[in-house]
Amino acid sequence: MAKIIMTADDSASVRQMVSFTLKQGGYEVVEAVDGKDALQKLSTTKVDMLITDLNMPNLDGIGLIKGARALAGCKFIPIVMLTTESQDSRKQEGKAAGATGWIVKPFKPEQLMAVVKKVLG
Amino acid sequence: MIDQHRQAFKEEAYELLSELETSLLELEERPDDVDLIGRVFRAMHTIKGSGSMFGFDDIASFTHEVETIFDMVRNGKLQVTKRLVNLTLAARDQIRSMLDHSEEGEGTADLQVSGEIIAGLRELAGYESPAAAPIEKKAEKGALKDPVTYRIRFVPARDIFASGSNPLTLLAELRELGTCNVVAQTSDFPGLEEINPEACYVYWDVILTTDQGENAIRDVFIFVEDDCELKIEAIAEHSRFDENQDYKKLGMILLERGDITDEAMKEVLAQQKRFGELAVSRGLLHQGKVQSALVEQRHIKEVRQEKQTAEAASSIRVPAERLDVLVNLVGEMVTVQARLSQTAAHRGDSELMAIAEEVERLTAELRDSALNIRMLPIGSTFSKFKRLVRDLSGELGKQIEMTTEGAETELDKTVIEKLNDPLVHLIRNSIDHGVELPEARLAAGKQGHGTVHLSAVHSGDSVLITIADDGAGLDKDAIRAKALERGIISPTTELSEKELFGLIFAPGFSTAKKVSSVSGRGVGMDVVKRAIEALRGSIEIASVRGAGTRIMVRIPLTLAIIESLLVKIGNDSFMLPLSLVDECVELTREDVVRSHGRNLAHVRERLVPYIPLREQFNIPGDPPDIEQIVITQIDGVRVGFVVDHVIGEHQTVIKSLGRAYKDAEGISGATILGDGSVALILDIPKLLQTVEAQQG
Repeated sequence: MAKIIMTADDSASVRQMVSFTLKQGGYEVVEAVDGKDALQKLSTTKVDMLITDLNMPNLDGIGLIKGARALAGCKFIPIVMLTTESQDSRKQEGKAAGATGWIVKPFKPEQLMAVVKKVLG
Repeated sequence: MIDQHRQAFKEEAYELLSELETSLLELEERPDDVDLIGRVFRAMHTIKGSGSMFGFDDIASFTHEVETIFDMVRNGKLQVTKRLVNLTLAARDQIRSMLDHSEEGEGTADLQVSGEIIAGLRELAGYESPAAAPIEKKAEKGALKDPVTYRIRFVPARDIFASGSNPLTLLAELRELGTCNVVAQTSDFPGLEEINPEACYVYWDVILTTDQGENAIRDVFIFVEDDCELKIEAIAEHSRFDENQDYKKLGMILLERGDITDEAMKEVLAQQKRFGELAVSRGLLHQGKVQSALVEQRHIKEVRQEKQTAEAASSIRVPAERLDVLVNLVGEMVTVQARLSQTAAHRGDSELMAIAEEVERLTAELRDSALNIRMLPIGSTFSKFKRLVRDLSGELGKQIEMTTEGAETELDKTVIEKLNDPLVHLIRNSIDHGVELPEARLAAGKQGHGTVHLSAVHSGDSVLITIADDGAGLDKDAIRAKALERGIISPTTELSEKELFGLIFAPGFSTAKKVSSVSGRGVGMDVVKRAIEALRGSIEIASVRGAGTRIMVRIPLTLAIIESLLVKIGNDSFMLPLSLVDECVELTREDVVRSHGRNLAHVRERLVPYIPLREQFNIPGDPPDIEQIVITQIDGVRVGFVVDHVIGEHQTVIKSLGRAYKDAEGISGATILGDGSVALILDIPKLLQTVEAQQG
């Protein structure tokens, strides 16, 4: 059964690109437009991995990560944050909230797939 | 595909920009609305981030500036003012215009407008922001050539599962880097009643042989390196390592890893039993650690065995004569192919010409690979010299270290063999005459031990071998005096430094105060020079008194093929080695008459002596009205050779003339031309000597 990955991003173009790449890699994709939307979908859908942007309206990425980790089904899934900030502080904040890893924007589809493979096996 | 993403981004950006306009106008009325500020920031942030993803780099870097300002506003470091809103609105329009023009290629947007807006924003912020968006670049994975074995200990944090990391996927990733052995260490497991199922009690010892370098290993752990204990040590490099030597003893491995103390190890060793068993039974070590060390031993052994089998399988030994036969056959083939091409061109048969071209291409490839087979690294010869230097310097009471460089440089097998004697002689000279005794060196303010540096590098179609010492250098006065004494020069001869050093190569010249057993073997530098020239090479000396001498030997890559200039005299063809040819000029009847039989031509304001080859070789017939002088340069002296016609450059397979003609002077070999006729290859230096001897 194909693994399910959620992509949470307020940018439609990034969502489209991530989704397209993952589907080509044989994954099923669930899209969410912001943190709140993502958290809602996570409480009803079981996913194997979450890829989230950090700057989003309603609920930002850090909040989403914290919220997801509190859900039973998401406690141990890999969560990867997309960040334009390569600064350590933002990464550390995300890590502290429970993120597994990160991808720095801009990235290429191959880089995305490499990270997915890395954390999902 | 990319275009579709770009289109999606543009649509999204236009949408964000119109939202941005609304937000900005509202912000003007309610400058303290945190929500509005956040919205403006996010819009800029998305345009920047997504823009750079889909190749809108100019938009991304421009937007980054605006985003930076709004980040300050968001953090309360900057107030929203009318001017800020005005500038941001202008920026928004500018982004829109950049989007509009984005398909027309980079640089169509008005850079001046962008610059003014950015300057205005920076002025508001009261600081100089770094210009471009910081983009993290992954360090290039520099793949190393030789595999290295690493010992890796990966101790994840107890709560590693809470961050969604799976240590097993990391280990799987490691396995993809090379030959890998993993031992799980389970000694930290608590009893069943105390166990927390969400904690990670295991850690891993990994032995990995990879050619990807340490950075590739660190990359595997990039997400977890901050909350795990990671130790990566290189324990064996499989190139330098003497692969036959036994790997470390078990006790040593455990000691290196810090798993056992020195004292404990000695205590166990004293028992004369199997180390591992004993250490475990005494409670000094956990079984898992011993097992891990044993795995390391076995791993290294296996990697070495594999490497040896691989090497054995990838090369075969073939007698040298068989190679020579192959190269000879290829030489014949090249000749026949040239005839085929010429015949095909002559007939004008396009089908035949196509076949001839194909044969030409294949023959060229065949020739190159056949010659390549004969190439060997010069390194084996170098290592022989190390021994020579060691023994000789000891004999002479000198302290000399030999360093080498470029041992992997490849040369034709025959050339390497023939180079051996001249190089031995040159190195002997450096040790005997060049590097001084330790006392003399110290007195001159140098270190007591000297060095002889031997290097080989490719340069064009030849190899440059340099023998450099840091000894006393050449004594110009002594050379001059000796040359006078031997009658090589007259007291009035004016000589440049180069010419003076060149005297060393004159027959019967030796400046050593006494003949030592080392260099005074009755072989002079003239023999060295002749040997090098027989390889179509050249030799040069540079020396600084007190600082050292450098001898440079230049040798062509192969002896079997020569680049030459094809010329004609009457119906006969000749070849001159192209490496010696400087230029070609015309020689008219008037020139000949004007020189009054002195055989001197006026070329570029200088007189160049020439040798009419037609006379030299007694070729019957009359020369054409305009002859050609091929001007060659030998040891810095220009000499011309007069021929009827210059045909052009030619790559030639050399054939020896055979025993019957071994005394033919001035001819070094022959080759067969495309039309089946024979061309003789001229030995220019020899020819010159012969002519000089004839003239007395």
